[in-house]
This record gives sequence, C-alpha cells and structure tokens, in this order.
Amino acid sequence: MKFRRLKAIGVKEILQVWRDPRSLMIALLLPFTQMLLFGYGVNLDLKHLPVCTFDREGSQLSQDLLKRFQATQYFNIVHNAKTYAEVKAAIDDGQCGLAIVIPSDFSERLNDLGTAPVQAILDATDDNTANIAFGYAAAIVEGYSNDVEVTWMNRQGKALQQIQPMVVQSRVWFNEDLESRNFIIPGLVAMIMALVGAQLTSLTISREWERGTMELLVSTPVKPIELMLGKLAPYLVLGWLDAAICLVLAALWFGVPYRGTLFALFVTTSLFLIVVLSIGYLMSVLIRSQVGASQIALLVTMLPTTLLSGYIFPIDQMPKVIQGITYLVYSRYYVSIVKDLFLKGSSLAELSTPILFLVVYASAVMLLAARAFRKRLD
Amino acid sequence: MNGDRQGDPEIVAEDLVKRFGSFIAVDRVSFSVARGEVLGFLGPNGAGKSTIIRILCGLLRPTAGRALVAGIDVARDPERVRERIGYMSQKFSLYRDLSVEENLKFFGGIYRVPRHDLPERMRFAIDMAGLAGREKALVSTLAGGWQQRLALGCAVLHRPPILFLDEPTSGVEPTSRRRFWDLIHSLAAEGVSVLVSTHYMDEAEYCHRAALINQGRLIAIGSPEELKRTALRGELLLLECETLGPTLAAVEHAPGILDCSVFGSALHVLVADANQSLRDLPVHLEQKNLPLVRLRRIHPSLEDVFVQLIAIDSAKRRVAA
Repeated sequence: MKFRRLKAIGVKEILQVWRDPRSLMIALLLPFTQMLLFGYGVNLDLKHLPVCTFDREGSQLSQDLLKRFQATQYFNIVHNAKTYAEVKAAIDDGQCGLAIVIPSDFSERLNDLGTAPVQAILDATDDNTANIAFGYAAAIVEGYSNDVEVTWMNRQGKALQQIQPMVVQSRVWFNEDLESRNFIIPGLVAMIMALVGAQLTSLTISREWERGTMELLVSTPVKPIELMLGKLAPYLVLGWLDAAICLVLAALWFGVPYRGTLFALFVTTSLFLIVVLSIGYLMSVLIRSQVGASQIALLVTMLPTTLLSGYIFPIDQMPKVIQGITYLVYSRYYVSIVKDLFLKGSSLAELSTPILFLVVYASAVMLLAARAFRKRLD
Repeated sequence: MNGDRQGDPEIVAEDLVKRFGSFIAVDRVSFSVARGEVLGFLGPNGAGKSTIIRILCGLLRPTAGRALVAGIDVARDPERVRERIGYMSQKFSLYRDLSVEENLKFFGGIYRVPRHDLPERMRFAIDMAGLAGREKALVSTLAGGWQQRLALGCAVLHRPPILFLDEPTSGVEPTSRRRFWDLIHSLAAEGVSVLVSTHYMDEAEYCHRAALINQGRLIAIGSPEELKRTALRGELLLLECETLGPTLAAVEHAPGILDCSVFGSALHVLVADANQSLRDLPVHLEQKNLPLVRLRRIHPSLEDVFVQLIAIDSAKRRVAA
C-alpha cells in the first residue's frame, strides 16, 4: 500500500465533494433536520392527557381524589360531566383519553368498609398511551388510598407504628426524570449517523462506474485497499462533522445530560462511522449504479437500526430468536455505547465489549469491501 | 521512420479469444507491436477493437490465448503491466468536475511520478495538449479536441513505454485529429510503442502498420503500402458516368469485374485485368446506352482496400454460415 496513491484519491474525492454543493448540503443538513424532526416527533412520554371526570357524589373526599389528578402533569381535567352520556361523548369524539367515574356512595363505602371502587374509562385506540395513562391513574388512586387508610387507622385509634406497611422506595438512576427523550435521543444519533454515513459512501464507486472514470482508474496500478482508504478518509471527516452536529444538538438543544468523556465519544463514534462508511462503500462496490447502491444502503442501515438496535424497542423484550439476530446489527453496539456515555458516563474500559464488536465488524466489512472490488470490467 | 524499431516486441497477442456468452467478440487474433511502432487498429464499430485493447490492459480476461505486454503475461500479472502502460479509453474518462491541473496531479499521484519531476511532466502534458493558460479550467468546460489531448497527457504523464489509445480521435474535428496524430508520432519517435484504434479509415495512413479487424477477426495486417499492394487481388479503375445507379448495375454484371462500389460521385471498379477492362467496359456500357464520362486506372487508397477486404470477409462468413 502506498500512501502517495491513497492521498491522491483522498484529495480528488474532497475536491469532488466540494464542487458538488448539493451533496454537501445533504450531508450536513440531513442530520440537522433529522435530529429536530425525530427529536421532537418521537416522544413516548405522556403529559397533560385530557381527562373527563364524572363525580356522582360531589363530596369532599371525592373532590380530594380528583384534585390529585389535576395536580399531576400527566393529566388535565378538561371536562366535568354531569351524566354518563356526557362521559361517553367525551371519550367517543376523542376529546378525552381518560374518564374517571366516582360512585355516589364513595364516601359512605370508604368510611364504613375502608374501600371503594373508582371507575376509569380509557380510550385504547392508542394502546401504548392507554397503558401508560392507566398506570399513572392507578398510582394516583393508590396513593390516595394509602392516605385514606392512614387517616382511617388514626381515627380508629390505632397507633401508626403498629401498621408498618412495606414501602418500596425506588430511586431512578441515570435517567432520573424518566424522560423517554433522554433514552431515545442518544439512539437517534446512532440512527442518523448510520443513515447519512452509508449514504455518503454508497455513491462513491458507483458514480465512477456510471461516469466512465472507473475504466481508466482500473487500468492504473492503484490497489483496491488504497482506493478504499483514500475514498473513506474524506467521508470520515464529513462523518465527524455530522456526528458533531447530532451530538451537540442532543446535549445542548435537547438537553440530554452527557456524562462521559469526549475522548471516549470520539473513539467510539469514529469506530461506528468506519463501520457505516464501509457498509456504504461495500454497497457501492457491489452495485454499479448510484441509485441502486444508495437504495440498498438505505435499506441495510435504516431498517435494522430502527427496529433491532434497541434505539426505541428494547432488545431484552424481543423474542429470543430476534435477540440473537440483533447481535448482527452493528448499530446495537453503538446505541448502547452512546446511551451509556450520555446517561451513565461509562469509561472506555466499561464499554470494551461493544467496542470490540465494532472493531470486529469494521474489519470484516472493510476486508469484504476490499476483496469485492475487482479491477476488471467483466 | 522504421530505424529504431528493434528488439523483442513490446506487445504480443497470441490466438486471443474472448467470448461473451455465445457471442465471440475476439476470434483467434495474433499480432505484435515493436518498440517505437505505431500499430493502428481499424474496423467498423463493434468489430472487437476495444475488446482486444481491454484484454491487453488487463481489464478483461481472455477466454483463450495469451497476451504479453512488456514481456509480462497480462492474465498472470496485470499489476506489473499496469505500471508500464498508458491507456486512453474509448469513453472519455478523466474527471470532468476537476480542473486540468487537478486531473494531472491526480494521475501523477496514482502513478507515483517522482515529486521533483511532476511539475516538469505536468508542464509537458499541458503544452502538448495546447492547454497553457487554462490549467485551472474545469475539464467539463473544454472542447472535445482539448479533452482528448489532455487524456493523452494524463496517459503519458508517467512516461509509459507502451500506450493503448482506444479511438482517441473519435468526435474530434479534423484539424485537431491531425494534431493528435503528430503527438502520437512524436511519442513513437522517442521509442514508445503505440496501439491505437480508430474507425476513421483514412487515419490508417498515419500508422506504421495497420491491422484490419472485422467481426472479431484480424483480416489483414501490414504497412499501408503493403496492404495496398497485396490485399486487393485485382486492379482498380475509376469510372465517372452520368447515371450512377443504372451504370453500377450494368458494370456489376459485366465480364471480368470482381467488385464495384460507389465512391463519391463516381464508381470504383475492381477488375482482374485492368488493360482488358479498359478496352471492354466502354463497349459494354455503349451497348446498354449508358454514357461514360471517364474511365481510368487509379492507385487504391487504404479505404478502398478496407472496404474491399471487409466486403470479401463478410461475404465469406455468409457463405460459411
């Protein structure tokens, strides 16, 4: 391998990218717009769900309970129904996602029996939202129920010490606010980089075939490895820019806490870029048309990264077979690395396993790409 | 002109065959090119000229036969061959979005032209292409003739002893074509062996030797003089007349006529015996009431030779098939 040839190809590639402002704009604007679109669009949190109440009793106790619904940021009481029909209408026309119905003998049963049912009606067309809403509603009612129990016990003259219910004190680590955004955005960075990275290089070889410049290039003594490294190097720099855009947006714009070192981020991001750039390059080598290569590159990066990297859908909740398949998805390693770096502040040593996988992946794809390139026309 | 051509041939093709599926693109072609020699490949489009050149450059693997370039077996060690050759492909293949200078620098880097030699070599290539003052111009803005000369400049930047030029003058205006051939000859004079293909028959006159390729087969090879002397098995007459069509029909069926073809506003008539036909043809036409303006013996051009040879070869194939 001769550095002189590698450099000649790198310089040529930089000039070509520089002279093609359209592709340069795509390379730099795409990550920017994708970050904003997905960053705002993908949100699994439930906030200010419109709620309809139907308080059939109207006592102090029942109002106490409903106030607790109003007090959380998860719900917004927008309608106080007077009849069941109103409740039905509010849910039917999508005005409310949840309705709370308090029975007319609520206080009576609570005082006499120490227990009373509360009805929750959910619009489950979006089952995810309905599940989360039900969880929150149940928690509010349970909290209220505990307080009522304590008051009831007190009134019965029983000392509090006697009833020591077991209490779970949960403390959330790493994503203290349980913001799904903090969980999604680091994965989003990985997805965008996989997408843009492979797109960048998917055109590089097929373009030379289409324009006819490859016929001359393969008649020269240039070696496949020189061609590959010379072509990947400029795109690695462009990839760093893209990564910087994504990571800065994630940390500063979306406010995802970053706790790792910049060095660890640089090392792992470079490694991931090398993997995706090589995949794009391999597609470009295998498919001699620009359109074909970029379509296939889109397919082999976007799809597995979205579905199988753990970026949105947690891997440990997948069926065992699918979990096995995810080991082949290079993004899964980077998604876990970025999440750990952002939220846990892991060190390079702690990340050695996914890093090792990325190194193996990068070497394998590059070897494959270098071997797949034939200096022949037939 | 032939003085310094000596030693082992730089390019040798031995029974080269190239099949694409059932199509035989190259059919047992053998020839050689000496040091400092310009061998022209002539023939119609699709005759197999480019395929032979691509085999010699190591871009296509021959189905059978052997190709030696600079004494190296191309199929066995294409990389060593590639360091010793310059290639101009049929389709323009420099980078149009790069400037003249950037293209030269690129190929200088790829061929690892010594750094301290590069400025001088680039100067030479730029002057040769007549592009002085346009070093910074993007290649896409250059006219065809300049583009082709720059492509030649890039091909010789590393001073290869062997050059393969695939239709370098196609689409180039006549004055530029003439200039291009001057460049080729100045390179050959320095000892470079050149294999150049063209579909302009008149350009065969510029070659030391010409090889005629038709339907994948080499049907004649020799110096222009040799070809003119021996290839036509007959003598050539020029016949000027008033009615071209009927005269052509009449001449074709006259005795002693081997072939007759339209050449501009006249007819070229190939006959077995020129003196005999000079006497008989006017009589034959007079009987048919076809007025004759002039009939004389001429020396055949290479184009006559090729048209004739290709017609004979194609006819033979039809009979065989």
